[in-house]
Amino acid sequence: MAKGMYIIVVGAGKVGWGLARELLEKENEVTLIENNRERFATVEQELEHNVQYGDASELWVLERAGISRADMVIAVTGDDEDNMLICQVAKEKYLVDRIIARVNNPRNRQHFDLLGIKPYVSATDLILRLLEHEVPEYGLVHLLDLPEERLEIIEMLLAENSKVAGRRVGDLDMPEGSLLISVLREGKGFVPVPDTVLEAGDEVLAVLDPGMEEDLKSFFGPDGGDG
Amino acid sequence: MLREGHQVSCVDEDPEAHARLEVSLDRSWEDAGGQFTVGTGLEIDALLASGIERADAFIASTDGDNTNIVIAQIAQRRFNVPTVIARILDPLRAEWYEKQGMTTICPTRVAIEMLESHVRDANGAGGEG
Repeated sequence: MAKGMYIIVVGAGKVGWGLARELLEKENEVTLIENNRERFATVEQELEHNVQYGDASELWVLERAGISRADMVIAVTGDDEDNMLICQVAKEKYLVDRIIARVNNPRNRQHFDLLGIKPYVSATDLILRLLEHEVPEYGLVHLLDLPEERLEIIEMLLAENSKVAGRRVGDLDMPEGSLLISVLREGKGFVPVPDTVLEAGDEVLAVLDPGMEEDLKSFFGPDGGDG
Repeated sequence: MLREGHQVSCVDEDPEAHARLEVSLDRSWEDAGGQFTVGTGLEIDALLASGIERADAFIASTDGDNTNIVIAQIAQRRFNVPTVIARILDPLRAEWYEKQGMTTICPTRVAIEMLESHVRDANGAGGEG
């Protein structure tokens, strides 16, 4: 966890305020910027000099907050354009090493990508992820997704009718570009060996090249097993 | 631009804006050769419907600087429109984005220059006489 950094957080809504509080507790220096007078006054009562009033899309407001020495800028306002542009100038004009942006409307993700704003966090996506995890019908769950590094880890539940249930791991002809890394059985995980026999109800974890989800889904599904 | 024989397509989130386009026209905006799409510049569907893919020029002039800066970059980077102009009221940001290769119009700067020159002229005329 971040410690001893100088972090500028833009937007003192529930997310920004809570975030600023946590970061301060973890011994970081934090400036929270809020452009609504009333909200600013409320937050100032608690955070005092750690919150500044102003519109952070204006360069002088960022400069007053000391952006040139900031280790990180986090834009979590309720306005996607603001978040995009604050991060864009932080990165490209003030050469801030690390930025994090909040996406309010998931449709705007493509614009964050276009402007090279990453990483970004979208509450809608997070909830969809959780939904995937909680609703087994979805079958395949993304545990880790790093498109830049071309790394992806997924989890899949072996259904009763899975063709790989009852087979030795050593006999499996996994699709090229994928690797079985762990098996979760009755709540306990272990690294499979060639003699491990998969069972229906197992949750298997696999690392794979991006874009191979469908191959893995069918491999572990009712008609799979032979790669 | 329409009168000069160009094809003009407007995008506005307010359907009422269409009426404003017809204020000084003797026929409808469409009959005069114009096109109108309801939507915001961040909606790719609206931009496509407005014909952005075959546009020679794109002007981002909503009343919000941030919106204009974002959609100008969408027109530039995603749709490769040859000429893109953004209206930016904030002089500091207009200057920075101009340096990044964006063509910007800053009404604030233009107004300041005009006001300044009027004040100078008035003082010059009055002071010497």
